Amino acid sequence: MSAIARLLRAREAGILVMLVLFVAVVSLIQPRFFSAETLRIVLLAVPLILVAAMGQMMVLVARHVDLSIGSILGFSAIAAGMIFRDYPELPLYVGFAVGVLSGAALGFVNGLVVTIFKLPSIIVTLGTLSLYRGLLFILSGSKQIDPNDIPEPLIRMAQTSPIDIPWIVIIAYAVAFATWLFLTYTQVGRQIYAIGSNPSAAPLRGIRVMPVTILVFTLSGALAGLAGLIYAARFGYVNPGITGVGFEFTVIAAVVIGGVSINGGVGSVLGTVLGVLLLGSVQVALPILGVSGFWQNAIYGGIILIALVIDRTVRQGGLRGLLARGGA
Amino acid sequence: MNSIDKPTPSTTTPTIVVREAAAPRPRWQVLLIRPETVTLVLLVVATIVASRLSPFFADLGFILESSTYYIEFAIVALVLTLVIISGEIDLSPAAQMALSACLFGTAFKAGLPMPVAIGVSLLAGLVMGAFNGFLVTVLRLPSIIVTIGTLILFRGLAQVLAGDKSIGGFPSWFVGIDYRMVGIVPVPVVVFVAASVLLGLFLGITIYGRQIYQIGTSEIAAIHAGIRVRRIKMGLFIASGLVSSIAGLMVASRLGSVRYDLASGAELTMVLIVMLGGTYIFGGRGSILGTFLAAWLLVIIATGMTVANIAINAQLTVMGLLLIVSIIMTNAIYARSQR
Amino acid sequence: MLRRNLMLAAAFGAALFAGAAQAADPVSIVYIPKNTGNPYFDSIIKGFEDGCKKLGCEFTTVAPASAEATSQIPFVTAQIQRGVNVVAISPNSPDALNQVFDRARSKGTIILSVNSDMPGNETHRDAAILPVDFTKTGPSQVELLGKQIGYEGEIAILSATTDAPDQNVWIAAMKDSLEKDPKYAKMKLVTIAYGDDDPQKSTTETEALLANYPNLKGIISPTTVGVAAAAQVVETAKKADQVKVVGLGTPNQMRRFIENGTVEAFQLWSPYNQGLLAAHFAVGVKDGKIKNEAGTTFEVEGLGTVTVGENSVIKTQADLTTFDKANIGEFNF
Repeated sequence: MSAIARLLRAREAGILVMLVLFVAVVSLIQPRFFSAETLRIVLLAVPLILVAAMGQMMVLVARHVDLSIGSILGFSAIAAGMIFRDYPELPLYVGFAVGVLSGAALGFVNGLVVTIFKLPSIIVTLGTLSLYRGLLFILSGSKQIDPNDIPEPLIRMAQTSPIDIPWIVIIAYAVAFATWLFLTYTQVGRQIYAIGSNPSAAPLRGIRVMPVTILVFTLSGALAGLAGLIYAARFGYVNPGITGVGFEFTVIAAVVIGGVSINGGVGSVLGTVLGVLLLGSVQVALPILGVSGFWQNAIYGGIILIALVIDRTVRQGGLRGLLARGGA
Repeated sequence: MNSIDKPTPSTTTPTIVVREAAAPRPRWQVLLIRPETVTLVLLVVATIVASRLSPFFADLGFILESSTYYIEFAIVALVLTLVIISGEIDLSPAAQMALSACLFGTAFKAGLPMPVAIGVSLLAGLVMGAFNGFLVTVLRLPSIIVTIGTLILFRGLAQVLAGDKSIGGFPSWFVGIDYRMVGIVPVPVVVFVAASVLLGLFLGITIYGRQIYQIGTSEIAAIHAGIRVRRIKMGLFIASGLVSSIAGLMVASRLGSVRYDLASGAELTMVLIVMLGGTYIFGGRGSILGTFLAAWLLVIIATGMTVANIAINAQLTVMGLLLIVSIIMTNAIYARSQR
Repeated sequence: MLRRNLMLAAAFGAALFAGAAQAADPVSIVYIPKNTGNPYFDSIIKGFEDGCKKLGCEFTTVAPASAEATSQIPFVTAQIQRGVNVVAISPNSPDALNQVFDRARSKGTIILSVNSDMPGNETHRDAAILPVDFTKTGPSQVELLGKQIGYEGEIAILSATTDAPDQNVWIAAMKDSLEKDPKYAKMKLVTIAYGDDDPQKSTTETEALLANYPNLKGIISPTTVGVAAAAQVVETAKKADQVKVVGLGTPNQMRRFIENGTVEAFQLWSPYNQGLLAAHFAVGVKDGKIKNEAGTTFEVEGLGTVTVGENSVIKTQADLTTFDKANIGEFNF
C-alpha cells in the first residue's frame, strides 16, 4: 500500500510509467510504432502543445484556468503573419516579437479582468475566447495568411537547425527549461505556488497576489503567442477560422495528465513535459494504429476525467480514504 | 418582479430621519437596483437599437421565428440558473444535447420505434447528468473542471457514434416543432415560457427553492441546517442532463436531422444567458425572471445583428464582451447591496 | 466605441439598401458560404460581385463563424425577412437546412446550392451550381498521379471526413478507375486516411501514412486542407522525390510547393467562375429569361454556353484545371 502510494505520489514517476506502458502496448499491437520515424513525428508534434502547456501549467498552479489560449494563439499567429505578409522586408524576429507581445497583451487583459473584478477565470476566459476570436477576424479582415506569405526561414525552423533537430523542438524545450528555472529559483515563481495552495493566506505572507496573478496570465498569453508562431512554422499557413480552435482542450488535457492539480499549488515542469509527451504519443499513435480520428476528443475527455479522479484519490490517501470521506 | 411596476414611494414621502449609525438603503433602491432591472433596461435598449439598425427587424412573427434558434439553449439555461445558484456550474449541456440527440438518431436508424428512441435519448440525459453529479457530489471534484472534461468526452462520444454523418429521415409528426404554432407563437417558445413559470415558482415558493439559495450562499451553513446538500445537487445535475436531452430532441425536430456538431460552442450561449440575467457566478443569488429576460435580450441582439447583416466577427466580439461586462455589473450590484 | 461605429456603419448600409430597393428594384442576391475566413469562398464571392456589377443586381454576402450544421439557418431566415430574391448558399449540411429552404421558397425566394449539392434532398432547393463534372474528378486525379509515378506502386488517399459526400463520390470513382482501367493495373491503393479537414489531424494522418507504408509512391488528397498538409509533411520529411502528392488545392495555398518542387501538379476548377455563373443564372431565372429546367441553355460572358442538366444541376466547367510550374503564375485565388 505505502509503496504504491509513494510511487503514485511521485507524480512524475507515475506519468513516466504510463508513458512507457503506452508506448509498449502500442508497439506490441503495431511494431512499426517503435521506430526512429515515430520518435521524429512525436518530437515534431509536441512543441506546439508544450509551449502553451507551460503557460497553462502556471495558470493552473495559481488556481486559475485559461480557456482563451486557442484564440490567443490564433490572434498572435494572424498578427505575426500579417507582419510577414505586409512588411516582408522586416527581419524574422519582428514577427516573433509581434506574436509574443500581442499574446502577452491579451493575457494581460485576462489577468486584469480576473484580478480587478475578482471574477472566476473560467468564465472570464470563456468570454475572451469568443471576444479574441472576434477581434482576430476583424484584424485579419477574415483573410487567411497563405503559405506564400510565411517566410521561408520560419518554415525551415520546423524542419531543421544547425544541429539537425528542428528549431521548434529546441525552442520548446528551452521554454520548458526556462519555466523550470523561473519557478524554482525566483521568488515570484515560488509565490505562484503559494498563491495557488492557499490564496487567502498568501497576502498574509507578504505576497502581492494581484501583480503575480496578472503576470501568470500575461506569461500564459505570451507563450500562446509563441505557440502561434510555431503553428505558422509547422503548418505553413494561418487561417482565422481554424487556427487554434479547440486548442485549449488539448493543452488542458496535457497539463492535467501531467499531474498539475486543478486545485492549485501543485504541478511541475517535468510532469507537464511528460504529460505533453504522453498526449503527443496518443495523437501520433491513433492514425498509426488505424483508429478513426473521431476517437480523439472522446479520449482527451476521458483522460482529463481519469486524471482528475487519480489526483483526487492520491490527495485523499487512496481510494479507501476517498470513499470514507465521500460517505460523510 | 414587482420592482418594475412599483413606483418609488420614498420620493413622494421623503423620510426625514435623523441619521443613525447605518441607515438602511431606501426601499426603492432595494427594489430597483437589481440585476434583473439592468437586464430589462438592456432589453428595451436593444430592441430600440435593433429596430433602428434594420427596417426589417420590427416584426413580431419574424422575431418569434428567429427566437426558436436560441430558445433551446434558453430552456437549458433555466436549469443552469438553478445549478449556478447552488454554487456549482455545468458546462457540458451543449455536448449532452449532441450526444443524446445522436443516440436518438442512431436508435431510430437501428429500427427502434420512435417512442423507444425518444426514451433512449431521455435516459441518456439522465445518465449523463447523474455522471456529472457523481463526480461532483461523491468524488467531490470541482464542477467547473469536471464539466469541461465531460463536455469534451460527451461531444467526442457523439462523434464516435455518428461520425460526420447527418442522421435524419424521422417521421413527419416529429419534424418541425418550430413551425407548429399556438396562435402566432411557435411551440418551443411556449415550452420555454411554461418552463420559466414552473421553475420560477419552484425556485420562488417551494422549500427546495429556498434550500438551493441557502446551499449557494453557504454550503456549510446549509449542511448544519440539515439540508441534504448532496442530494439536491445531484438532483440539479440530473435535471440539467434531462433538460439537455429534451433540448437536443427539440433541435432534432427543428432540423429533421442530427449530427455530432449540433449545438457546438453553445455552452457559451447558455452561460451568457444566465450571467446576463444577473445570476451571481459564486452562487446564492439569481432568479428565473432574470434568465427569462436575458434569453429575450440574447434573441433580440443576435437576431438584430443578423438581420442587419452585421458580420459574424462583430457578433463574436459583442457576445464575448457582453459576457464579461454582465458578470462585472452583476458583481458590482451585489457588492453594493451587501454593504 | 468600435461596436458603436460598426453599428452606425451597418445602420448607414441598411438605410442605403432600403433607399435603393425602393428606387429600381434590381434582383437582390445574397451568398452564404460555409464559414467566414475561407479563401476558397472568397473567390466565389469575387465572381458574384463581378457578375452583379455587369448585370446590375444587388449582391451581399454573410457567413457564419463555423461550418457547423445549424450555423447557417439564422442567416437564411434573416435574408427571407430582408426580402432578398435569391439565396445562394454552400450548405453545411445535406439535410438540416431543408425546413428553412422550404419556408424561403414558399415566400418566393430562389435557393441555389453553390459548390456542392444536397444529395437526396434536391427537392428542397431550386438549382445547384457545381464547379465541375464531378464524375471526372476521381479519374482525373488518378491519371495525374499515375503520370508522375509511371503508373506503378503503392498509393494512398488522404480525404476530409469519413462522411464527406463529395469526397466519397470522387473516391468511389478513383477506386473504380483503378480497378477497371488496365492502365492502372500496377497502381495499388493501400489505404484511405481521413484528416477531417483539420490541419493538425491531416498532418498526423499523413505522417502515419509515411510511417506505415515505407514503399508509398503517391498520395491523392481531394481536399484543399489535406493536400496542403500532405505537401508540408512530405517537404518536412524530405521525401518529395519518393512520394508524389497530388490533389485538389487552391493556387495560393499550393504556390510555395510548386515553386520549390515539392508538388509537381495539382488540380482544381474555378470558384470565381462558379460565382459568375450563379449570378447570371439567378438574375436570368428571376427575370424570367432563363427557364429552370433540364436542357435550357444560356450564355455567360467568358464561359460560353451553359446547359442546365438533370435535376437542375449546372456544371461550371467540364474538365478540371491542372496547375503546375508553367501556369501557376497566372492564377491568384
